Amino acid sequence: MEIIRKWSQAIWLLLVNGFWGFPVTGNLYQGPLKVICSPGLNCYSCPAATTYCPIGSLQQLLLGIRFSIESGRYYMGAFVVGTMGIIGATAGRFICGWACPFGLYQELLHRIPSRKFSIPPILNGLKYLFLVFFVIVLPLVLVDDFGLGKPWFCKYVCPAGTLEAGIPMVLLQPDLRTTLGWLYVNKIGLLVLFSAWSVLASRPFCRTTCPLGAFYGLFNRVSLVKIRLDRDACTSCGACHAVCPVEIRINETPGSSECINCLRCLSEACRFDALSLEVAGFPLRSRSVSKANVSN
Amino acid sequence: MKRGERSIRRTPLVLLALFVLLWLTGINLGEPGRVLEQAKSICLACIGIG
Repeated sequence: MEIIRKWSQAIWLLLVNGFWGFPVTGNLYQGPLKVICSPGLNCYSCPAATTYCPIGSLQQLLLGIRFSIESGRYYMGAFVVGTMGIIGATAGRFICGWACPFGLYQELLHRIPSRKFSIPPILNGLKYLFLVFFVIVLPLVLVDDFGLGKPWFCKYVCPAGTLEAGIPMVLLQPDLRTTLGWLYVNKIGLLVLFSAWSVLASRPFCRTTCPLGAFYGLFNRVSLVKIRLDRDACTSCGACHAVCPVEIRINETPGSSECINCLRCLSEACRFDALSLEVAGFPLRSRSVSKANVSN
Repeated sequence: MKRGERSIRRTPLVLLALFVLLWLTGINLGEPGRVLEQAKSICLACIGIG
């Protein structure tokens, strides 16, 4: 299952970053595919990006909401939130585990041999603050003299934007180097911080900071496709706790908003068929890892 | 198979319908054009430049 998941992550990485003509054009992709939403966090200013980032686009719509209303166009983010909601209601945080390029980046870093640490659960709540304040409230409320807000999350926080767009665009367009300042240094610092943290802990950005993961997490309990727990079959052996990359106890909190639905618990840990996948209430065939081991 | 396993969960379908409605509203308002316009240009502030 892990191999299939890695392939899925790689394919999504290439799908949402499918423009490889940027070294020739010296610019980012500007074609019509960019009206399609990237399900995972993927900066649309990345020169290879072929889709738009829902978090970036939502902020851009909200920060200019006064202008759009004044001009009689009610751009309030319905298209973007609608798309995010369709994805979330269908798959919840399966996107985080299977289709997010920045999630893959963190997972690869975590493979670097080192001492590994937990992330205190209290930090998990931070991502909701980033979603509410940095993505919605601050771009809407804090405006300049012209009534224009800022994309707070992208501008001050998002390490995915720095990795996928900030660094490549500076390499691609030398003129930009003259404009680098403290903001760029700050963002590089955050990227370094999250990268180092990813070596030491599993998916720290997804668990503490990602507003898209926070949004999708709201659907984990009710999404169309989700992990199902058969409480009668569960023996509380704890095997699923040991393999979980986000340190949740799925047999105690099924549908947890922290679960990235990587399915390691289902495919690698549970020997009692207590965990399975379901679609809208209909169970799919569960895969018990090693019935043979149980009988041994 | 247990009886409960066969019953369809309506919540995700209702949510899907609501978000499809929201999505269609956005399309009706012309938001895709604005999103495309934004996504085609480099947001320098977004990537920490400028």
